[in-house]
Amino acid sequence: MAGIISYGAYVPYLRLPLAAIAGGKRTEGGPEKSVANYDEDALTMAVAAAVDCLRGHDRSSVDGVIFASTSFAFKEKQGATIVAKALDLRRDVLTSDVGDSLRAGTGALRAALDAVRAGSARRVLVVVGDVRMASPRSGLEANLGDAAAAFLVGAEDAAATVEAFHGVSDEMIDVWRTEGDPFVHAWEDRFVVDHGYRTNVREAVRGLLAKLDRKPADFTRLVLYGPDARSHAALAKELGFDAAKQLQDALFGRVGNAGAASVPLQLAAALEMAKAGDTILVAAYGDGADALALRVEAPISGLGDRRGVRWHLERRGEMPNYDMFIRFRQLLSTENDRRAGAGISATKHFRDRDYEISLHAQKCRKCGQVQYPHQRVCFKCFARDEFDHVRLSDRVGTLKSFTFDNFAGSPNPPLVATVTDVDGARLYLQMTDANPKEVRLDLPVELVFRKIHDAGGTPNYFWKCTPVRDAQGERTR
Amino acid sequence: MNKDAIRDKVAVVGMGCCKFGENWDKDPQDMIVEAAYEAYADAGLEDPHRQIEAVFCGAQYPSKGTAEVADALKMYDRPVSMVVNYCATGTDAFRYGVFAVASGMYDTVLVVGFDKPKDRGVSGPSVAVTGVRGLPATPAGWFSHCAARYFDTYGAGREDLARIAVKNHHNGTLAPKSMLKREITVEDALKARLISWPFGLYDCAAQSDGAAAAILTRRDLAKGFRDDFVLVRAIGIALAPDPKEDPDFDFLRWKPTEMAARQVYEQAGITNPRKEIHVAQVHDCFTLTELLAYEDLGFCEKGSAKEHIASGTFELGGELPVNTDGGLKTFGHPTGATGVRMIYENYKQLQGKAEKRQVKGPTVALSHNIGGAPQACGVCIVALP
Repeated sequence: MAGIISYGAYVPYLRLPLAAIAGGKRTEGGPEKSVANYDEDALTMAVAAAVDCLRGHDRSSVDGVIFASTSFAFKEKQGATIVAKALDLRRDVLTSDVGDSLRAGTGALRAALDAVRAGSARRVLVVVGDVRMASPRSGLEANLGDAAAAFLVGAEDAAATVEAFHGVSDEMIDVWRTEGDPFVHAWEDRFVVDHGYRTNVREAVRGLLAKLDRKPADFTRLVLYGPDARSHAALAKELGFDAAKQLQDALFGRVGNAGAASVPLQLAAALEMAKAGDTILVAAYGDGADALALRVEAPISGLGDRRGVRWHLERRGEMPNYDMFIRFRQLLSTENDRRAGAGISATKHFRDRDYEISLHAQKCRKCGQVQYPHQRVCFKCFARDEFDHVRLSDRVGTLKSFTFDNFAGSPNPPLVATVTDVDGARLYLQMTDANPKEVRLDLPVELVFRKIHDAGGTPNYFWKCTPVRDAQGERTR
Repeated sequence: MNKDAIRDKVAVVGMGCCKFGENWDKDPQDMIVEAAYEAYADAGLEDPHRQIEAVFCGAQYPSKGTAEVADALKMYDRPVSMVVNYCATGTDAFRYGVFAVASGMYDTVLVVGFDKPKDRGVSGPSVAVTGVRGLPATPAGWFSHCAARYFDTYGAGREDLARIAVKNHHNGTLAPKSMLKREITVEDALKARLISWPFGLYDCAAQSDGAAAAILTRRDLAKGFRDDFVLVRAIGIALAPDPKEDPDFDFLRWKPTEMAARQVYEQAGITNPRKEIHVAQVHDCFTLTELLAYEDLGFCEKGSAKEHIASGTFELGGELPVNTDGGLKTFGHPTGATGVRMIYENYKQLQGKAEKRQVKGPTVALSHNIGGAPQACGVCIVALP
């Protein structure tokens, strides 16, 4: 039976204490929201979640990628192809973007399930990421958080099978963002909650229960979209669920409302705690509502190590103030505007795709030396055109050298510039999500896909390194 | 390589150097003319437009290419060429001049190195990037990459670098044409704002505008210009991989310096550089670059620079004075001019005309440039006959 074979999650390293928005300081344990670093966007976070999801899975087995978001960096140009290239997937992979609605994540999941059920693909990767912005210091801004989740959907070996799906479509102007506007807007919340959220989710969930001839008590967990903590708990109760026992934590005050990624992130968290035989009801809202019923299967216990939601929640670095948030979102002009400049050459990007997006190095067939970037003649033995491609992005590297550059125009100086050894290849990489204090020679680092700059007005992606950490933020492995 | 091909066959008979600095009120033309006409006068050229048969130029940021020099000096109807080789540009232009004379093609040639970086509106090189891999890091960011590993391996630190800055600041006060004339203390250097760790402001060279020029002729013609001419003993250029991509790099040295040094020591028959070289101008774009040059040029053992810095080996009164005119640090660093400026200083030292900064009785002098990532190094040895 078709379902979810594997899952992954991503919550950015940085957290903004909600108190900081009003200029205050964080109180221990006080509410906060996850915020994408200046080099992250919906796509880079989706790639990170996908890497987590694909741990232990052969990437060449993936037949399709559906990328869901309401915050695509490109208005025209597909995100899923960039995700597929960053993940180094096959060229004949199916790619599609699903956007424009808070329901985009469950919509993508349904499309993937339909594809594997119809037999047009065996395994489809669904990645969902969102970095939504609201007007500075608005109530909505405090509510939003950034996150991503990923699911590998397939016809066989599912760790959670999808038993049924029910959705409704509804037209109303409740939450929206128009072309050219960086900010999400919402109508008065009582209207949105009563006539949008409650009405539609209720209809979708009741429809699903009717299809399955089940009642709320038959489910182990309820994964429910929530516009805010109060409405979230109230609707669970209204639907007949026990909020204390069944309702999945929507992570208010820790992540915030992650938009299209909110329900997928909660689902990943639910799967993280699930055991075979559990049943999960998932309900998403946005321009109507989606509800689906999952049954957790035996393969859940065989899923290998992953970071999931728990690891990412525990790994956190605090943003010291709101100014930094505003600067990172480019809402404040600076001397070193990362959007300035002619931009990257499209033809150079085209030639370097394998090396810069898939992070391939070359291994010399004669002497075995791994080298980066692309060479025609071997650094070591001078053999000409005797190379095999090797993927470096999933390897652990070590710092050979580093410096802290205050003049490099970073939005968060100093820029940590490193030379990192990955399987013998030397890569000149920026370090991200790190405190300069933890940088040292021979530090183990992993590779993360990030936005290097927006020169020319496009997001220009490459890889950076970041210290390998365990959940407590300690460097390990 | 024929190690004897140019040795002592080409003479430097005239040199000139304009005042280096943020020459807001000067065009490249002004600086080129000042440097070249000083060299003409120094060589006693009566009719440079007849006597100079070819011109070799070096500039990293020329706005007009060779015409910048040809137009400034009205040097037409003869070869005028230009080379670019990172910070070794000036040394490389000089090298082509030497070959042109040594080949017998021309009797007398002019070498001009110049650059005008201060017309670009940025303090230091531009950090604009158009790729994703070439980090928006700066030369300070590139040249600092040996610091962590070197410090860790040999126990050196920022204090050792600071002493180099103090020395070069002192020497710069003694050079009339230097950009900065201000003594500093180790504490000043350590307390200055960080540019790119471990480099603070005083670890970084003063980027400046400037031009320097040399008149080269065959040895047998040199006496016709002056008695105290200086001979070109050896000159070499070497390229190495970008240290940030080189799988073999150990971050304890700059490979191109070691490579170029081997070439010139073979040409000059030098086996003990610290004894056989009496004065040296080495590339101190950053203090660590100078420290590594001591070792990479064989002035001292790998890892021992710290002790020699402490004991004053490379100070003006030391065993082998280095950067007697203040170096890039305080004399200034107009990229294309720097190599020629260093030969200018060595030429004056060998002639005994270095005034307050004169080293006692040198007969062999070395100059060294390293630039790029760094990938390119030029080394030149000049000597009295």
